[in-house]
Amino acid sequence: MARTWLRVGGVATALVLLIAGCIGDNGGGGGPASDATATGPIKIWYSNNAEEVTWGKAMVTAWNKDHPAEQVTGEEIPAGKSSEEVIGASITAGNTPCLIFNTSPAAVPQFEKQGGLVALDTFPDGASYIQARTGDRADQYKSTDGKFYQMPWKTNPVMIFYNKTVFAKAGLPTDNPPLTTYADFLATAKTLVAKGGVQAAIWPSPTSDFYQPWFDFYPLFIAQTGGKQLVEGGVPQFDGPDGLAVADFWKSLYEQKLVPNEAYQGDSFADQKAAMAIVGPWAIAVYGTKIEWGAVPVPTKDGMAPGDIHTFSDEKSIGMYSSCTNLGTAWSFLKFTTSKDSDGQLLTLTGQMPMRTDLTATYPDYFTAHPEYTAFADQASRTVEVPNVPNSVEMWQTFRDAYSASVIFSKTPVDEAFKTAADEIKTMVSGN
Amino acid sequence: MTIAATGRPSGHRDRMRSLFGRDPIGYAFIAPYVLFLGGLFAYPLLVALYISFFDYFFAAPGAQVDRPFVGLSNYTAVLSDSVFQRSMLNVAEFIVINVPLTVLLSLVLAAALNAKLPFRAFFRVAYYIPYVTASVAVIGVWLWLFSRDGLINGVLGPLAPSPSWLVSDVLAMPIIALVVTWKQLGFYVILYLAALQNIPRELYEAAEVDGAGVVRKFMSITIPGVSSVTTLVVILATIVGANLFTEPYLLTGGGGPNGASMSPVLLMYQQGIEQGHAGYAAAIGVVLAIIVMTISAINRFVLEKD
Repeated sequence: MARTWLRVGGVATALVLLIAGCIGDNGGGGGPASDATATGPIKIWYSNNAEEVTWGKAMVTAWNKDHPAEQVTGEEIPAGKSSEEVIGASITAGNTPCLIFNTSPAAVPQFEKQGGLVALDTFPDGASYIQARTGDRADQYKSTDGKFYQMPWKTNPVMIFYNKTVFAKAGLPTDNPPLTTYADFLATAKTLVAKGGVQAAIWPSPTSDFYQPWFDFYPLFIAQTGGKQLVEGGVPQFDGPDGLAVADFWKSLYEQKLVPNEAYQGDSFADQKAAMAIVGPWAIAVYGTKIEWGAVPVPTKDGMAPGDIHTFSDEKSIGMYSSCTNLGTAWSFLKFTTSKDSDGQLLTLTGQMPMRTDLTATYPDYFTAHPEYTAFADQASRTVEVPNVPNSVEMWQTFRDAYSASVIFSKTPVDEAFKTAADEIKTMVSGN
Repeated sequence: MTIAATGRPSGHRDRMRSLFGRDPIGYAFIAPYVLFLGGLFAYPLLVALYISFFDYFFAAPGAQVDRPFVGLSNYTAVLSDSVFQRSMLNVAEFIVINVPLTVLLSLVLAAALNAKLPFRAFFRVAYYIPYVTASVAVIGVWLWLFSRDGLINGVLGPLAPSPSWLVSDVLAMPIIALVVTWKQLGFYVILYLAALQNIPRELYEAAEVDGAGVVRKFMSITIPGVSSVTTLVVILATIVGANLFTEPYLLTGGGGPNGASMSPVLLMYQQGIEQGHAGYAAAIGVVLAIIVMTISAINRFVLEKD
């Protein structure tokens, strides 16, 4: 018996050593490509919504027509729970395409840590191209080492979408409704639930997913602080008076049953169960003909001029991945797809805002023909991104857990929960 | 005789026999399953054990990344993590509800389905359907039943609990236990049915001659007759419970409300996949595996003692 166990132990030890040899070896082949001038065929992934697929196919077709030796193969990003998980797994497997037109800024620090991304500063005109196209907002997309591991591509600046029919039914004005201050918003919310025939004034998802703050707390926090990120210079900002004011505002909505703390199975705004939603310009195409809608900036505690209000960008970047060998072609194709013409096509086909300076002046014909997008285009110039910090996803999960406990479910005092979360996040974002 | 005279072949055969037994061809027959088990279970388990001692994360092939050896620090961090502790308590609550309910319902239903009922084949299939139906589809139905504006609250009217079932930190886990019991029941009913059909009819007939009623026969013949399957059901239900993921992920929005239905495997997913802390997630997995093996061993010891 003892000999059997000895044999089993010996085999197990040998296997562990074998595994150590297999997975501990990081110096093998297939490492990140280094020749920034190499050209040849490349593969790209784009998002799987119909509008972006149409745009992606149009880009690939136009490029391939003029570049027979540098053919691009475009595919929809494989299905998964989220694009970030698919990309993370693909980096580990070493089979990422050269470019992914759907890279979340919150995931960039993790992909970078995995050795999955190419710094676009590798190209002589990399940083200057990004800064010329995006302006000062580009700085938010630099990593902690000062390099660009993502190309800011398109934004969906979030605003308050409201259902004019419900507002009218509740006896509220349908143009410029009272939604600018927290007091106004609360009073309007009460009226909507009491008289508007809806279950909720607004129904952000109350689930524990790390990204949910981007569509409840964060836009209002950005607006209230005049454009601060959740963490700046390694210091959490949300546990100050502005963050607590935003949290108290949402807590009031939950406590007064104006916002349900149970997730809606479906689209509460489309189903007319909620009178408002926090969404970006993509919503115009989705709700446009079904609901008579209006859009206003997110509220602030005491109200602010619309032109001063910042919001969350809900931006998606383009990432260049380290498994790419033909980096020269990838960079050329990336510039081709973010040119003025290509950005114009993106705007026309999807209604999403390219990360360009002065959108309305660049595409005057489009905004004349589609005035409903103008407010979003104006808002797009005042967007704030998630902080580009180490352990970004863990940071958001920690914040979400504190927010759930204190604001959504009222289990702990807000200031206490936020202080504890801020202390943890401070350590987290320092990379320790 | 000839072999014994030559010496060498006999020694060679003896050595072969001592190494591979009398029928070495048997190894060829079991080889596919051994490879399957080794490749898909043993190897990943050992990899998990290995990476649990490192500040490990998944990296691109060839990427030069720093993943230092951290000894037992992932384990100490896991064991002192309040979220992990909460998830273990949650899963303990789940098992306390789910396992006895599973044993009781599956045994009673199996006994009923073993009797000469009209439409017996239909009922046998009906109880098995939830087990082979995709969890996502099944959970959609339970969401419709237990959501704030769902069927159950509609029937209960003013008696509906507030906060509602799935956002109540008291009720969320029992509801999940109920859903999993219902979904898995068909499988355990099949196990019990097989065991029941192995109990000799003569035992029941003799008991009837001695004047035993339905309950006495069930207690004195049926339950002892299926005790080995009961051990199996308890162990399997415990393992399934400890690996709880889909139901809290989908039914209560990722372990909500406020962590009341967080499970260790859901936490592993958050840490290992979403947050990139594979070493930490692996340590959770190893701790969980040790706990489950211990509970299973205790279950087996207690249930087979008699």
